[in-house]
Amino acid sequence: MHHSFVFSGETLHALPSGALFWPDQRLLVVSDLHLGKSERLARRGGSLLPPYETRETLSRLDHDLDQTHATRVICLGDSFDDAAALSGLEEQDRLWLLRLIAGRDWTWITGNHDAGPLDIAGSHRETCRIGTLTFRHIAEATDTAEVSGHYHPKARLAGRAWRCFLVDPRRIILPAFGAYTGGLWCDDPAFAPLMAPGALAILCGQTARVIPMPRASTIAR
Amino acid sequence: MAPDYAPARRASSGIRASAAASVAPCDDAHYLCRMTPLPPALSDWFAARGWTLHPHQHDMLARAADPATLLIAPTGGGKTLAGFLPSLAELAVAPPRGLHTLYISPLKALTADIRRNLRTPVEGAGLPIRIEDRTGDTTYTQRRKQRADPPHILLTTPESLALLLSYEDAPRMFSGLQRVIIDEIHALAESKRGDQLVLLLARLQTLSPGLRRVGLSATVEDPPALARFLAPNTTILQADPGPDPDITMLDTDIPPPWAGGGGRYAIPAILHEVKRHQTTLIFHNTRAQAELFFHDLWLQNEDSLPIAIHHGSLSREQRERVEGAMVAGQLRAIVCTGSLDLGIDWGDVDLVVQVGAPKNVKRLVQRIGRANHRYNAPSKALLVPANRFEVVECMAALDAVRAHTLDGEPRGPGPRDVLCQHILLTACAGSFHADALFAEVITAGPYATVTRPEFDAALDFVATGGYALRAYDRWQRLKQTNGQWHLRDPRTAAIIRQNLGTIIDTETLKVRLKNRFGGTPLGEVEEDFAATLTKGDTFLIGGEVVRYEGLNELTVEVTRSPGRDPKVAVFNGTKFATSTLLTQRILQIFGQDRWPDLPAHTAQWLSLQREVSRLPDAQSLLLESFPHDGREHLVIYGFAGRNAQQTLGLLVTKTMEEQGLAPLGFVATDYATLIWGLDPVTDPAPLFDLDRLKAGLETWLAGNAVMKRTFRASAIIAGLIERSHQGRRKSGRQATFSSDILYDTLRKYDPGHQLLQITRDEAMRGLIDFSRIEEMLARIGPNIELRRLPRITPLAAPLFLEPGKTPVHGQGRERLAESAAIRLMQAAGLA
Repeated sequence: MHHSFVFSGETLHALPSGALFWPDQRLLVVSDLHLGKSERLARRGGSLLPPYETRETLSRLDHDLDQTHATRVICLGDSFDDAAALSGLEEQDRLWLLRLIAGRDWTWITGNHDAGPLDIAGSHRETCRIGTLTFRHIAEATDTAEVSGHYHPKARLAGRAWRCFLVDPRRIILPAFGAYTGGLWCDDPAFAPLMAPGALAILCGQTARVIPMPRASTIAR
Repeated sequence: MAPDYAPARRASSGIRASAAASVAPCDDAHYLCRMTPLPPALSDWFAARGWTLHPHQHDMLARAADPATLLIAPTGGGKTLAGFLPSLAELAVAPPRGLHTLYISPLKALTADIRRNLRTPVEGAGLPIRIEDRTGDTTYTQRRKQRADPPHILLTTPESLALLLSYEDAPRMFSGLQRVIIDEIHALAESKRGDQLVLLLARLQTLSPGLRRVGLSATVEDPPALARFLAPNTTILQADPGPDPDITMLDTDIPPPWAGGGGRYAIPAILHEVKRHQTTLIFHNTRAQAELFFHDLWLQNEDSLPIAIHHGSLSREQRERVEGAMVAGQLRAIVCTGSLDLGIDWGDVDLVVQVGAPKNVKRLVQRIGRANHRYNAPSKALLVPANRFEVVECMAALDAVRAHTLDGEPRGPGPRDVLCQHILLTACAGSFHADALFAEVITAGPYATVTRPEFDAALDFVATGGYALRAYDRWQRLKQTNGQWHLRDPRTAAIIRQNLGTIIDTETLKVRLKNRFGGTPLGEVEEDFAATLTKGDTFLIGGEVVRYEGLNELTVEVTRSPGRDPKVAVFNGTKFATSTLLTQRILQIFGQDRWPDLPAHTAQWLSLQREVSRLPDAQSLLLESFPHDGREHLVIYGFAGRNAQQTLGLLVTKTMEEQGLAPLGFVATDYATLIWGLDPVTDPAPLFDLDRLKAGLETWLAGNAVMKRTFRASAIIAGLIERSHQGRRKSGRQATFSSDILYDTLRKYDPGHQLLQITRDEAMRGLIDFSRIEEMLARIGPNIELRRLPRITPLAAPLFLEPGKTPVHGQGRERLAESAAIRLMQAAGLA
């Protein structure tokens, strides 16, 4: 079950997968896919993690596109784990991704992991504006009506961690959509200047559940 | 620490009769010394102080040339010195350059202790022998120096040895190694640390073929098995075990409660014993129980006796303070857990109290050994059963100690995750040939049965990840060139070294008192426990009640909250399952006609059970079924230990659910599982069908938290994931993600992967303990007896008071919810 809310005058759906859907625009927004992560770690001589996260991430994306009938897609940056990740994709995974892109208005926002030029279909942008909303990778404290990613927010509830959206009247920060991604606790100081008092966290799970955004207990900074 | 050898004054004052007979009077000492190759400087120095050697110390000297020796001697019997004497003798005659003897102990603290003790005779006798220790605490400069110019004797831990063997200069450092001494080898042999150690020994033996091995141990249930663990052809030397301990069950005015742990009912009686003795150690089985007991003990400590608490979750500062006060003789008692089981000499302890059934005879014997071990007097110990059932269990343990039978579950073959790490470690030191490494690995006891395909699979996992659906062709971790395996990128050796070792810490957070000056550290709690706390929750740590204020970075901030009852008792410590040996003895006691040795209250309880139902025995499985409080109950007296009874509860309720019996929940103890539900069980046989239980296990295992925890440990050991270091957790938390994600991904895309098989094997012999269910079913054969009774039975009654009930979320709850909903609708006039 998704959670529906109004942001900057627009009705948006937070999906349990961590994607954001804008029904009026038939737009699906996902952030921080980190495709090719296990390949990059292996290339750098680290652990040989199960190399299945790209197909897992793509199958989640495929599912959301199928359910929402989205015609437009924005990937909010860090879509690839680094500049070489795209060329390292398995042929089968690359074709799957191209199949998802085909017939859709697809925008790649540049992130800090995939800063270089990407040789893949779709438009490539630093930021993107649709209606009153601005889409970028890293939130800018002074902006409003902004949708971003980058931080991978997560929150604790009932003794476990959940990826989550952070929402206040000025901005939305999306959770990481990629399969192999960790997170930053909401009470991290990084979020304090970005999210207004009264901000909400929408937790990803079977059902998208809303709680007040957990914050550090002392604001003596 | 006391000297590790026997001062003759004490020995000749006749303290241990049997030993005194074989210890030579002073005149003969010179004769004996001439018989042995002990260098004159050392024997003169011993003689000057009036010290003579124990017989087993002579034996060790006589057997110095044996390729492998296992010495079993009681605590305080000078066994460590016995291990070193041949080294000192050889080094005194002709000290070569380089490393001669490696000493390995399970505890860092022990290496420092041994260094100080060994230096006394070496320096006293003026021997030109260099002795140094090396642990995780040794400085970088010192460690570099030790590799360039090793001492004659190096004292270290298995983890530090693993690190030394991962360097390219290992062959140079160890090629002249003559002897390796493994202290407290029984403790190492019980864990993966021991499995890793024997692989390292195999490596050392290759580097120095003439290497002789010595194992030292106090408590061994199966000496031949431990001997095989050390080396293929090991000589076993048994020292005089000393007098039997003086061990009894504490008699209290108040009978123990029907259920629960902690033994708080016995506090007045225990305080009385503390007053009558010089120094008392009060052992508990879990940290949580130790905390609760200590808290209540202080409330009743009217004389303000100096009593402290010591367990592994307390801050190091706090533990060191307690240890210091103990050595200085300032404490009358310490409430403690397994953190004091091993090692350090605690001075003049004259009483050991074990609160709660010991669960395991070997551990009890080790704990008893902590009392009086400086003298050859019997150790004195008191057992305090925590509840009525534990009275029987303590009696069984007493019988076992008197009969000198120790327990221990055979560990089975060496785990493969450790083998994977060993292959990685070997590759760090240089290239290797698979045939040669395989030949070396199978000389290590626990790995003797590894097949070549199993070894090749482990090698493939290390080299390529071993994935079925996709390979890292270009980015393999190990590559093969001209038949030799080597790291693809030699720079990765540094990362691999950081992850060596088989000890997996649970993620913990520091607890500090919140104030402006940073706050006093109180100890650590597990991250999972911290995640359940909300502001205002109170819990016990370090014997005081504190209030949770919040999480600051990686620190739990608390304030003092004296006088309030804690809402939660610290955290779940390890719950030991009662050993097979002890449960067998308990069943034997149940089989007696009368129980003259048991306290009257417990004997009456058992008689009543025999009258209304019957007592369980070893040849059959007793089930009791009765209604109580509007629910149907089933008790399974499996006597399979807590973990297995818990697993049995999960599996049996699953079958009951399929049969439509609507189970609602269950609770497990070491001896029984109690299940409640809406309908009675009438045909028990299908519930205990082995194949059916196994099939249930497969499905249930899938998403289980136990499996995920086990997976994490094995994945770290096998080198699939890196340990999360405190620093990295702080800086790049987005970059690290939970191992649960990897587990789920593997299960979905590569269910046959090696690491999942390893995880399953580990969980089966660990927390799930399915082997004991199989053992129980084999023991009872077809003899399952279901007794239908009108009401709750005496033996079942304590089960109703057990904490830790597990709910079953199935049709039972649906049916309850449905009828409640109908009642509400009817009450509202809507139906």
